[in-house]
Amino acid sequence: MKALSQKRRHPLAAIALLLMGLLVTGGLYAVAGTVNEAQATTTTYSAQDIEEGEKLFVSNCATCHGLGAVGAPEGAHGNQAGPSLIGVGAAAVDFQVGTGRMPMQMTGPQAQQKPKQFNDEQTMQLAAYVASLGAGPAIPEEQYLDASEGDPAAGGELFRVNCAMCHNAAAAGGALTRGKFAPALAGVSEKHIYEAMVTGPQNMPVFSDANISPEGKQDIVAFLKTIEEQGSPGGNSLGSLGPVSEGLLIWTAGLGVIIAFTIWLTQRSS
Amino acid sequence: MGDHSHGSPKSSGTVATAGQSEVEKFQDPGLPPHRPRLADKDPRAEKRAEKQVAILFVISIIGTLLFFVGYFAIRLDETIATLRLQNFLLGMGTAFAMLGIGVGIVHWAKTLMPDHEIAEERHAVRTEEDRVIAETMVTEIIEETGIKRRPLIRNTLLGAMILAPLPAIGILRDLSEDLNPDVLRHTMWDAGVRLTRDPSGTPIKASDVTIGSAFHVIPEGLNEAEHKLEEKAKAVVLLMRLNPEDLHVSPGREDWNYNGIVAYSKICTHVGCPVALYEQQTHHLLCPCHQSTFDLTQECKVIFGPATHALPQLPISVDDEGYLVATSDFHEPVGPSFWERG
Repeated sequence: MKALSQKRRHPLAAIALLLMGLLVTGGLYAVAGTVNEAQATTTTYSAQDIEEGEKLFVSNCATCHGLGAVGAPEGAHGNQAGPSLIGVGAAAVDFQVGTGRMPMQMTGPQAQQKPKQFNDEQTMQLAAYVASLGAGPAIPEEQYLDASEGDPAAGGELFRVNCAMCHNAAAAGGALTRGKFAPALAGVSEKHIYEAMVTGPQNMPVFSDANISPEGKQDIVAFLKTIEEQGSPGGNSLGSLGPVSEGLLIWTAGLGVIIAFTIWLTQRSS
Repeated sequence: MGDHSHGSPKSSGTVATAGQSEVEKFQDPGLPPHRPRLADKDPRAEKRAEKQVAILFVISIIGTLLFFVGYFAIRLDETIATLRLQNFLLGMGTAFAMLGIGVGIVHWAKTLMPDHEIAEERHAVRTEEDRVIAETMVTEIIEETGIKRRPLIRNTLLGAMILAPLPAIGILRDLSEDLNPDVLRHTMWDAGVRLTRDPSGTPIKASDVTIGSAFHVIPEGLNEAEHKLEEKAKAVVLLMRLNPEDLHVSPGREDWNYNGIVAYSKICTHVGCPVALYEQQTHHLLCPCHQSTFDLTQECKVIFGPATHALPQLPISVDDEGYLVATSDFHEPVGPSFWERG
């Protein structure tokens, strides 16, 4: 600390401060490459999968969703521990369990993403069991999950019309009411993005194939993967949160640099 | 402070110490003693300062060269990475080019240029003399222009100066020329206009709208409309489907929804932002700008935030092909309140 307080008066201190500020704001950062989760999707499940899935369901999910997935009885205020899963389809299970949102650790405004508790095979078996209870959206086919086949420009237009109001124009996520939020979409696998669109997890509306065609969804995935890989054209995007983070930086770091300069300008030379 | 009877002009520059009647005069402290700088005493420090200033100017030169590297050497291709690199070089180059010169000159002035203190005594304002000089200057100028002897020039100048501000009035008035409130009362919606998807403009079948889904809707033919954006700003609609028993329909609106499919204006009644954050479990519509929240189950009544009235509902039905159509325009003006809204 003593060395620092002596260096503080060094004539180069202001320049060092300025350099630090510039390096922090203008520094480039590498975007982690996305992991393509290639996974064969089978639309038909064997009877054994369904049977194993039912065992898993009874031991892990039935406490909230009820035996036979009919949903918990409604509480006094219309609260329900877990909704009925009949007809939600395999895609919903694959999304909720595959991203670790289910099983929920605690009730709250919305299920939080956390490390997965089931491996891919168990997730598939659970999905098979729930899909056997009633028809619903199936796990998307591999052909629509290849982001390189989509058109990012068309996807960007669809994204700005249908998604940007909640998920932010740069897909950085955003707040909803009473503690609910729309998560950031960077780092989410193509399959899970697609499944979220068709099933509408938590409070997200459903974007069925009749609303946005499978090709349109593929374009949206392509757009998301494109902006994720390319990053922002202006260096550090400060979380893409708009005026909040940008204003904070310029009012603290920016003004700090200006104040440091004025102190230096009016100081007598040693 | 209100008692001025004790203070006379002569006693300015004196201080009365409390409790004592005697008055002490201020001593003029004068200038603080001159303190020679390091560079004045030590030739090595002087050399060092000189070198520092030169280095700063070289940094500026390098910065300018960096700018030109970014400007000429970086060829933009399809990726954003090159654009980012170019932006980085342009910004950092310009910053160092300017900062190097600025910091260098100030450093030069502070360390090497003479720093003797100078005090300039105040001189009294010579009022009469100065006024006479100013007056003679003004009359001299007026005489030289000859504006008194040449009324033609004077009058044409006056005319030009009176007319010159008038264009500004015209330009500013143009801002309010179309403020006929009737344009806010009508949108493109009308009986039989199909609901189509934004942005593609493809019509929507009632069977496409599943429970929990949200469609962003524009009227049919909007993409071909003459003033597309003006029309879109009034006519955008959000379409959702709920369980019919969740809807609390007020009398007179029974046939405005179709099997639980409801359409509401997307323009917030607060200041006109697009209300599009639909929470499908709570059936709340949230406006992202000021957090106005509308309850879809109660005909978009305001339940939170600064909006003052419910979102207008678009009455819808289906045509014989099963496509959703509007049965009329909105029954009230969309968007924020205005003076003539009634």
